[in-house]
Amino acid sequence: MTSVEKRIGTAANFVDERLGAAGWVKKSLNKVFPDHWSFMLGEVCMYSFIILLLSGTFLTFWFDPSQRDVIYNGAYEPLKGLKMSAAYASTLDISFEVRGGLLMRQIHHWAANIFMAAIVAHLLRVFFTGAFRKPREFNWILGILLLTLGLVEGLFGYSLPDDLLSGTGLRITSAIIQAVPVVGTYITFFLFGGAFPGVGFIPRIFTLHILIIPGIFLAVITIHVMLVWYQKHTQFPGVGRTETNVVGHPILPVYMAKAGGFFFVVFGVTAFISAVASINPIWLYGPYTPGQISAGSQPDWYMGWLDGLVRMAPPLETHAFGHTISWNILIPAIIVPGIIFTSMALYPFIESWITGDKREHHLLDRPRNVPNRTALGVMSITFVLVALINGGNDILATNFDLSINQIMWFSRIGIFVLPPLAFIITKRLCLSLQRADRELLLHGTETGRLLRLPHGEFVEVHAPISPEKAFILQSHEQLVPLEIEDVDGRGVRRPGALKNKLQRRLSKAHAVSVPKVSEQELKEIEHH
Amino acid sequence: MKQLSRYRRHKAAGPLLLICALLTIGTTFSVASATVKQSQTTFARSASIEEGKQIFLKGCSSCHGLNAEGGAIAPSLIGVGAASVDFQVGTGRMPMADMSTQAVRKAPVYNEDETAALASYVASLAPGPAIPEESALNYERDGNSAQGGELFRNNCAMCHNFAGQGGALTQGKYAPTLMGVEPKHIYEAMITGPQSMPVFSDKTITPAEKLALIKWIKAAEAEPNLGGATMGRIGPVTEGLLVWVLGIGLLIGIAVWLTTRAR
Repeated sequence: MTSVEKRIGTAANFVDERLGAAGWVKKSLNKVFPDHWSFMLGEVCMYSFIILLLSGTFLTFWFDPSQRDVIYNGAYEPLKGLKMSAAYASTLDISFEVRGGLLMRQIHHWAANIFMAAIVAHLLRVFFTGAFRKPREFNWILGILLLTLGLVEGLFGYSLPDDLLSGTGLRITSAIIQAVPVVGTYITFFLFGGAFPGVGFIPRIFTLHILIIPGIFLAVITIHVMLVWYQKHTQFPGVGRTETNVVGHPILPVYMAKAGGFFFVVFGVTAFISAVASINPIWLYGPYTPGQISAGSQPDWYMGWLDGLVRMAPPLETHAFGHTISWNILIPAIIVPGIIFTSMALYPFIESWITGDKREHHLLDRPRNVPNRTALGVMSITFVLVALINGGNDILATNFDLSINQIMWFSRIGIFVLPPLAFIITKRLCLSLQRADRELLLHGTETGRLLRLPHGEFVEVHAPISPEKAFILQSHEQLVPLEIEDVDGRGVRRPGALKNKLQRRLSKAHAVSVPKVSEQELKEIEHH
Repeated sequence: MKQLSRYRRHKAAGPLLLICALLTIGTTFSVASATVKQSQTTFARSASIEEGKQIFLKGCSSCHGLNAEGGAIAPSLIGVGAASVDFQVGTGRMPMADMSTQAVRKAPVYNEDETAALASYVASLAPGPAIPEESALNYERDGNSAQGGELFRNNCAMCHNFAGQGGALTQGKYAPTLMGVEPKHIYEAMITGPQSMPVFSDKTITPAEKLALIKWIKAAEAEPNLGGATMGRIGPVTEGLLVWVLGIGLLIGIAVWLTTRAR
């Protein structure tokens, strides 16, 4: 044993005798993680979060979260001598007078955008591969919670600089809160400390933005990652991969090196974008005053679809008992998102009720093999995209010579027509892909080699696919509809007939799929 | 040739060929459709009302009427003043290329002298806003850009966007970008209110304030992009696009590369 090894051994022993960590560390370091690019999307989220913590801390050193009026006398000439809030003035100072301040601001904002985009990409991967199934339903719900928190945290960050754009965002936020029947106005007065814009909102959301929400984030991310650790990562089907094992690289050294390196890659990409591309040039927007607004005011992209839903709502209002209910805001900004996020959180349970599948799943689905779920996902994406397009309707109108009214009518109709259409098309595509898989298994791949038979006929030579690929193509389970009888064995009607009918219908729709290649068919092929 | 044909089944051959084809077609098209620059007539001609009337009768009267009284498709020009003509004709909006929702800014059809003649003809019909004197347009000396910015955000930004990049109005109409517009034309637009734009009379915005506005617009035009590429100064829409295309695109690309097995 060399002296270095001896010294490390002594140190390790010192820690182990006091914490008993050796067993845990050994077990953890031997933990295995499967390898697939889509499994790294969650890592992008985590690393962006770390970048956000670091760059955000830097910004708090100079940011003054106050709505106190100041006269700007800083470096940026076109705003000199103007009255503005201390929050806006200090953001200008960060941008123009703090060394590296503008880069840090841009890193913080771009990282926030990447963070949200990575969350969405990660969520889509988990959804389409069925990784949310038992036993991972809780982690799915935590993920939805993180997404929701991210939306709120992003909105608050967007509102803090108190420039013309962020003030506009806050004005809409206050309108949305006011749209809550009965209590809305009271809540806005409480939050803003009086009528809009009030005096207390910037310091309040600052506390929430830098303390409470990041705290909840940290806690939930920790549980989220610990649960992945404890329940082990899912894996795609393949030779040697089963429901009871995990095939991949151990934490040390391969996975650790890759993951550690990937953090720097994420940091590098974020810093690169921040160095070459401007984001939210607050000095151009000017300070916020409620009497001003800019054409093409938009939220950041992750709120854009909600803005688009509000923009397409027809002007509906009812007045009753001295109260106004603004359906045009209440429905698109509160009720519809409420339904979407709730059903998203409950989806694992809904699917398991439809399929009647209560087993644990550690092997992922290939999206084509569960056509109904995949179609549902694409349908939801289409919904959000149509709303997002309408969120940017003014920008699209000016840049593509369109009429803003036409875009609005396109989305008003499209929001109802296009998602179901996307559902049908995706389901058909999935079934076609299944058929292609079946074809591949039975007849092999086309080689592009033509053979002329002695009697003159031309045939294309097919080559059998590799056993590994064949294994993957056969690995899924055949979906079967639930059999629910309306009457029990003695011919008596069972209770809950309507519920049974619904479950039977949904289950039947969910189970639509191309028959798997049977053992017998495979044997016949081998005989040929 | 043999060298080249060896690569014809290469993975990149298809896309490369497509790019080449697109480039060829694009270049040919732009060369073929490039309009021959009109040679500017340079002889000095005094702007006279009679001359203006002759140009008007040839180029404008088919829509605006023989006496500028207006018609079914064009408004009366009696009382619109010389400033209106100078703006509409000087920015190429008139004569209109087509009867779409809005007159589009393009290269002017008439030269300066012809425009001046047209303006004096229309001004002779009835009194209206006059073309501002050169001496009244010294915005560099008389303007205050911070005040101009405040005025801009109060009066202009709701249609022309916070940085003067333009914005959408209803039914396909739009507020055009203010970048690259001559100070004289900005001034004239304010006093005449072309198309969907309201009139900002000297009582609403004083001449000094108009100069402040112009100074701010010119400063915004000349301002370097302090934070890097701006993607149009039109707000978060293009930023979101960049995040998904470049940000997530690059990161997924790298993730794929990291998880590729060594072959």
